[in-house]
Amino acid sequence: MSLDAARTIIPPKVFFHPTNFNMFKFGEHGFMEDFSGIAPRIVFGLHACDIHGLLILDKFFSREYQDPYWLARRENTIVVGHSCVPDEKCFCLSTRTHIVEEGFDLFLSDLGDFYLMWIGSNKGDDLFRLKPELFEEKLGLKHIQKFIEREKWRESQFKLEIPFTALADLMELKYNDKLWEDVALACLSCGSCSMVCPTCNCYNISDHFYVHNDEGERRRFWDSCMFKDYSLVAGGHNFRGKRSERLKLWYTHKLQAYISAFGKYACVGCGRCILTCPVDINVETVTQSLRGEPVDCFWKRLASKKEE
Amino acid sequence: MKSIEYARQTDYNPFYPELMRIVRRYNLTDDVRLFQVRPLDAKKSSIDYRPGQFMMVTVMGVGEAPFSISSSPSRPGLFEFCIRKVGSITEALFRLKENSTIGVRGPYGNGFPVEKMVGHDLIFVVGGLGAAPLRSLLLYVLDNREMFGKVHFLHGAKKPSEMLFREEFFSMCEREDLACHLSVDADDTGKWPAKIGLVTSLFEQVKDVNPENTYAVVCGPPAMYKFVIAELLKLNISKQQILMTLERRMRCGMGKCGHCAIDYIYACLDGPVFSYWDVLHMRELI
Repeated sequence: MSLDAARTIIPPKVFFHPTNFNMFKFGEHGFMEDFSGIAPRIVFGLHACDIHGLLILDKFFSREYQDPYWLARRENTIVVGHSCVPDEKCFCLSTRTHIVEEGFDLFLSDLGDFYLMWIGSNKGDDLFRLKPELFEEKLGLKHIQKFIEREKWRESQFKLEIPFTALADLMELKYNDKLWEDVALACLSCGSCSMVCPTCNCYNISDHFYVHNDEGERRRFWDSCMFKDYSLVAGGHNFRGKRSERLKLWYTHKLQAYISAFGKYACVGCGRCILTCPVDINVETVTQSLRGEPVDCFWKRLASKKEE
Repeated sequence: MKSIEYARQTDYNPFYPELMRIVRRYNLTDDVRLFQVRPLDAKKSSIDYRPGQFMMVTVMGVGEAPFSISSSPSRPGLFEFCIRKVGSITEALFRLKENSTIGVRGPYGNGFPVEKMVGHDLIFVVGGLGAAPLRSLLLYVLDNREMFGKVHFLHGAKKPSEMLFREEFFSMCEREDLACHLSVDADDTGKWPAKIGLVTSLFEQVKDVNPENTYAVVCGPPAMYKFVIAELLKLNISKQQILMTLERRMRCGMGKCGHCAIDYIYACLDGPVFSYWDVLHMRELI
């Protein structure tokens, strides 16, 4: 176990919204429950940004029609958070998701000589009461001071800052900007950005018959709005046949639409899109371009080369 | 582990389809068929819905797709779906015989704002398969005729053999409480008894419109909207009172799968009925 790793490649949403799972079975007698894939467990070591990602998806999956698959997995999982040190791709200070107050059961802050433990839920409290002898009784001023010092130091370690001010308005104003054609030129439609984003939730479904052919199951699997058939309807009309339209949808959702729906950006500053996209289309370069700043990255170079 | 128990109560799982039996199916045209279905569980036959809402229909082992409800809640008991054979799920549906079971869940979507429309004059503009969702509202209005003002029904089909609900709509032309105008783009049979021309050409028969007191309801192929809306705006109908029901790819109907996202809304939750004002306000709607 590596406690000082900055981030996992796939965000922890995968524990609650698995890449591919069985929703229910069907057969001659209709539809049958199948919650066999859901078991009690502890997920250890989530960082603040990823817990924020879970909180955003909590809101998403529990509004209006509640999603029992997400909720059952969430309810049956104890989340233990762990403090982290930002690397050069982290920008959670800019999104204000570098600290987290809810969404976990226990949160461990590594302060060098000791851990400061936050109890975030009733389940977390129960867990703590199983072995109270592991903990010091009194929380003293020196502990608090050490925590404040460490947080100050941690905030000074951020190397990447992305100003989020007015981004939603910029998205609106730059809706028809050349930027979208430029990024579309390089985009491979591989969908990696959706797979690694802690707030991407899209899925597709498919039905499968078992080998004995009298029963089957409906499977739910990750989908991405980057895929060409994402908005394709029967009869062949594609509402988003162009790559630029699909890229716009992705960024509209992260940087604009969620503000109307949930009151905050759907970006938690984890830096995964920056590390993952093979052609440098990520929140950093796209927002730089939205703000009209010079950008030096693969898609920009490709676009300028084409102009020449 | 309470939540598993909670999820186990099938009533709480909005993803489970309800089993329904195909009571009757018949062809409206060569590739469009009307399916009348009824829940196996008699207690569920009272599922209430609004005109303009849709349901998710499952053919077990093939998949699930959204279909608008063509029947009216004013005629309860049976659900009717008017379906064109265009993809894998509809092809599988066409292979099913009467008395087969399918899965149905819903209803989903906002439906038409019937309460707001009460007391108003209505102009229906229907093109081709647009009859499927608008027939629900039309039947609802005719069943509650005294609640609405003047009703104009403009219907356009490509050619006579592609017209849906032919007998039904022609018999409506005989009613005195409804101005029913039917047209075909081209008549290849030479026997078409009504107008030949695009659906927009029927607007010359719409007279004495009181725009403030009129709702227009439009559904048809994407190419139709631009021209029909231009005609409706000529009649001075308010943009908020021009309603249309739109199509999108949908995999859940509950705002979860993401496919029908447009800007900050989901067509399955906030639609499929939108006003022309919404269309101007939100890009990508049509």
